[in-house]
Amino acid sequence: MAITLTEPAAERIKSFLDNRGKGVGLRLGVKTMGCSGMSYVLEFVDEINPEDEVFEDAGVKVIVDKKSLVYLDGTELDYTREGLNEGFKFNNPKEKAACGCGESFTV
Amino acid sequence: MALIQIAEPGQSTTAHQHRLAVGIDLGTTNSLVATVRSGEVDTLPDADGSHLLPSVVHYAGNEILVGSAALQHSVSDPLNTIVSVKRLMGRGIDDINTDDAHHLYEFAETDSSVPRIKTRAGNVSAIEVSAEILKTLKRRAENALGDELTGAVITVPAYFDDAQRQATKDAARLADIKVLRLLNEPTAAAVAYGLDSGNEGVIAVYDLGGGTFDISILRLNKGVFEVLATGGNSSLGGDDFDHEIALWLSAEAGIDDLRDPAVKRAIMQQARSAKEALAEHESVDIDLDVAGTRWQGAIDREKLKELLLPLVKKTLMSCRRALRDAEVENQDISEVVMVGGSTRVLIVREMVAEFFECELLTGIDPDKVVATGAALQADVLAGNKPDDEMLLLDVIPLSLGIETMGGLVEKIIHRNTAIPVAKAQDFTTYKDGQTAMAVHVLQGERELVSDCRSLARFELRGFPPQVAGAARIRVTFQVDADGLLIVSAREENSGVEASVDVKPSYGLSDNEIETMLRDSIEHAEDDMHSRSLREQQVEAERVLEALDSALAVDADQLLSAEEKEKIADARQRLVEVKSGADIDSIESGIKQLEAACEDYVARRMNSNIRSAMAGHSIDEYSDSTENVDAES
Repeated sequence: MAITLTEPAAERIKSFLDNRGKGVGLRLGVKTMGCSGMSYVLEFVDEINPEDEVFEDAGVKVIVDKKSLVYLDGTELDYTREGLNEGFKFNNPKEKAACGCGESFTV
Repeated sequence: MALIQIAEPGQSTTAHQHRLAVGIDLGTTNSLVATVRSGEVDTLPDADGSHLLPSVVHYAGNEILVGSAALQHSVSDPLNTIVSVKRLMGRGIDDINTDDAHHLYEFAETDSSVPRIKTRAGNVSAIEVSAEILKTLKRRAENALGDELTGAVITVPAYFDDAQRQATKDAARLADIKVLRLLNEPTAAAVAYGLDSGNEGVIAVYDLGGGTFDISILRLNKGVFEVLATGGNSSLGGDDFDHEIALWLSAEAGIDDLRDPAVKRAIMQQARSAKEALAEHESVDIDLDVAGTRWQGAIDREKLKELLLPLVKKTLMSCRRALRDAEVENQDISEVVMVGGSTRVLIVREMVAEFFECELLTGIDPDKVVATGAALQADVLAGNKPDDEMLLLDVIPLSLGIETMGGLVEKIIHRNTAIPVAKAQDFTTYKDGQTAMAVHVLQGERELVSDCRSLARFELRGFPPQVAGAARIRVTFQVDADGLLIVSAREENSGVEASVDVKPSYGLSDNEIETMLRDSIEHAEDDMHSRSLREQQVEAERVLEALDSALAVDADQLLSAEEKEKIADARQRLVEVKSGADIDSIESGIKQLEAACEDYVARRMNSNIRSAMAGHSIDEYSDSTENVDAES
């Protein structure tokens, strides 16, 4: 079971956390919402809960709750630029289909 | 797939729940758009990586260019290239014509008071030109964020009056942008420097942009800040710096005809680059080649200081006034936030630091600081942050009131009142049987209507005729969070109502607000005198009006010829003095007339009571007392 970060993603997360001035790491998760079943969650973490799994990659703590982990195992989080837009991207091997806009997915 | 941004804990949006909100600094010289992504606020660049969008619109044959592409045409095709359009927002044609040579466009003759600039693509208003700039920023934001915008916070100078604010909103609507809020520029700058981080004290925001100067005095207390006072000059900025330098340049180069727009623009551009270079270097060389004249020379910081000193002093005068309004001293100011590209000019920084005797905040790029604050505010308003994070209190810059008899202004909301605010005041009728009242809404500090700005007029009609003074007309002024005004009037006895959203008359006086404020101080005594004079004149007219209507009814029954003559004499004396300027003689004229009428008034009252009671017994009155009370 593992979640990994690409180099650019790790760098961005570190700088975002530094600028924010607080927070222990980054939460990855899924929510059952959106037009295609699931959607990804990406949040700063101030407090780690008992049901959380903590991974550490490239010096960044990645926090995932156990329920989300089954959908996210093997995911690589990347930071990319597409045209003028930039942001994080989930490369999830379990993802089978995504809705047209890419905001939600099914496994 | 879609790219994802990091949210605050528990604040993740669900899929398809769009809350993309941006802050837009719609500036005179440059405009910017900023947003909050992954907890960080930044201005958004265009495809070439440039953040500042020059606020320039060029009307080519069949396309409209905005920004740097348009700027390139400003020298070669000045009449079809609109720069500094913000100066025209909400202005009438008369204001612009008197605004010396800053404006170089041809205006179309139209019936409406909104000036339209003649261009190759037809006649366009300032609102349409601004909308082009906003559309470009909107497109840039949607490309950068990969989605449609929920809304935007757009900043305006604190001194923008209602007409100018409304024009800005209209431009946004034209560009299909939902305005979450108009935010005063200095307030946005203060937000950008993180006032919610628990600072305490009084700070000043010194905002010298391309075309406007604003000074705001804010008090910070436990993360909440309150705007104590605002001041400034809506026609002073970096453009004027360039103008001063350009005048000096053309004098040095021996070019005395600046009427050719192309020549003027070329010299202005030289002036501007010299000014910008002097922020880095002690001295810069200038190579001017325009209209067949070539001049090579140099300008150093000393010279620049000499040229700009009067303008900078002007801004400090506004600072002093704002401090007085806020009832604080220079020493009370703990920090000064510097905003606007023109604060990069060293002499500005030196003199402002000297004036406030404290450190200046220049940590955030002065060009971006306003857009940054607007983006933070937009983020809160779009619901991406807990609502309690920020509380903004703004003030109205000039008092609002209505015209009363004699051309006087009754102020209903005083300047520097925190908004949103609603205030009501009761007025009454002046003549017997009056069934309508004109409400004339004014903005300004002076006592006479002629010295204030007219914002709107409307009529309250169709209330029942009553004796003068019996009608109760409640006039309510409501200013929303954007500083826009709604005035309503209601006759309380009958419930008749009328109201107006201040769609302000665009024919504004060309007096700058600063001048208006200064005048109100300088003319305080004159104003007081004119007010009491007008009040006495109105009183005299009221007395004459009442007397004449009484005489017409029963003079013949109640007065002897001799008495009539005595009253007529006193009446005549009052008529003679009332149009004069001597308050005391009008007052004594009124007193003498009242004395002459004393017996007549007493007799009228007796006769009225007698005729009312004729044929009734005392018992009937005791029964009906209750009914009479209930009706009144």
